[in-house]
Amino acid sequence: MAMTATEKDQHNAEHGFQPRIVAFLCTWCSYAGADLAGTSRLQYPENMMPIRVMCSGRVDPEFIIRAFMEGADAVGVFGCHPGDCHYINGNHKTMARIPLLKKTLEQMGIEPERLQLHWVSASEGNKFAKVVAEMTDEIRKLGPLNWAGEE
Amino acid sequence: MADETPGTGNGELNAKLKLGLYWASSCGGCEIAILEIGDKILTLAEHADIMFWPCVVDFKYKDVEAMPDDFLDVVFFNGGIRNSEEEHVANLLRAKSKTLVAFGACAHMGGIPGLANFYPLNDLLEKVYRGGPSIENPDGIFPQTTYQMPEGEIELPELHETVKPLSKVVEVDYTIPGCPPTADQIWKSILAIVEGNLPAKGSIIGAGNKSVCDECPFDKKDIKIQRFYRPQEKVPEPGWCLLEQGIVCMGPATRSGCDARCLKANMPCRGCYGPVEGATDQGAAIIAAIGSLLDTGDDEEALRLMNEIVDPAGTFYRFSLGASLLGRAKK
Repeated sequence: MAMTATEKDQHNAEHGFQPRIVAFLCTWCSYAGADLAGTSRLQYPENMMPIRVMCSGRVDPEFIIRAFMEGADAVGVFGCHPGDCHYINGNHKTMARIPLLKKTLEQMGIEPERLQLHWVSASEGNKFAKVVAEMTDEIRKLGPLNWAGEE
Repeated sequence: MADETPGTGNGELNAKLKLGLYWASSCGGCEIAILEIGDKILTLAEHADIMFWPCVVDFKYKDVEAMPDDFLDVVFFNGGIRNSEEEHVANLLRAKSKTLVAFGACAHMGGIPGLANFYPLNDLLEKVYRGGPSIENPDGIFPQTTYQMPEGEIELPELHETVKPLSKVVEVDYTIPGCPPTADQIWKSILAIVEGNLPAKGSIIGAGNKSVCDECPFDKKDIKIQRFYRPQEKVPEPGWCLLEQGIVCMGPATRSGCDARCLKANMPCRGCYGPVEGATDQGAAIIAAIGSLLDTGDDEEALRLMNEIVDPAGTFYRFSLGASLLGRAKK
């Protein structure tokens, strides 16, 4: 079932694989940063589907798992920099949950690169665009997850 | 005197419950657990006739096949479904019973046999029949589903790729969770069934609707975790929440009803009663809980702390892998 690196490159070249990336963005920092990228007319790949939450600490591991089950090739969780969380320690929870979930998912056969945690502040429009572009490229090379193909 | 022959259907004379019990992919502990009700088994015998229980009495599959549909009043089905025989009997017992109860963690969630879902089936067969350190199988002989003997063809059930909870194979009326369910809860459930005092179909019975933390005798001091210990690495400080001490405990993500029997023996909860009311995925729930209990605002330290947990998937999905959202590891 798993493709070799060469087979994956071939597959992507033939089919023009477009990764589907779900991104959870916290209202106060990263969503604002994403918005700034937009108003600044920065160009970045369209593969990311943004979902706004109040705080990155709201992102239940179950949301991330469901995203993978429903076709996401990667999930990004974006929050305020440590120390800057609007709710003081919401992102403390995120910074512990995401690594633990990554390790768990790796044991389930989901490569750790597919779940990424990034801190993006409201003023970091450039960073947001750069992170999304890099992530899209990384996942394009990794290939589709196709979890639903398991059933 | 009541007529006990299957298939005669003289319901009025035979007022006792017609009870069936079956054992699929499981360890047999649930059968023992039923016996753990002790002398109450005599009371059970007053209220029920056992019509099928391969572990204990000598009825055969053909006796069940001969029964009319819905003939059995209650069937306690323990074990997960991992081969064609178990799938067949699950469907058979579903057809022949009015009330089908998923009994124990394996029927509820796949249980310990469900851990096979971390591997492709082929890998498991290779390991057991060829690759294991004490195995000598130079000719690569593996079990076959059919084999021609001089006397005729013999068959073995076919293994499925994935271990499944009972509810993924047939419709389940009630579930009694636990590995095994406690004798206390088994008796309460039997009484509820005999008295017809059951909640809506699809419910969990024989358990509470809070988390194990609610039944746990230890103090919660609201102290954040400084580091993690495996259970053998630390003698716990008495009377204090094990999770706060750094010993991974599934209590916050596990349904109550067991009276926190493991905690009362100074061992952390392992999650055998399954997720709490309303939660779907036990692993996701405990990750969320543990993530909020760390003592750090530094992401490198958080990463280091989280890496101290060895085998998170096996620990968090120890009983529930088969019923988790992902259900199995990618093949």
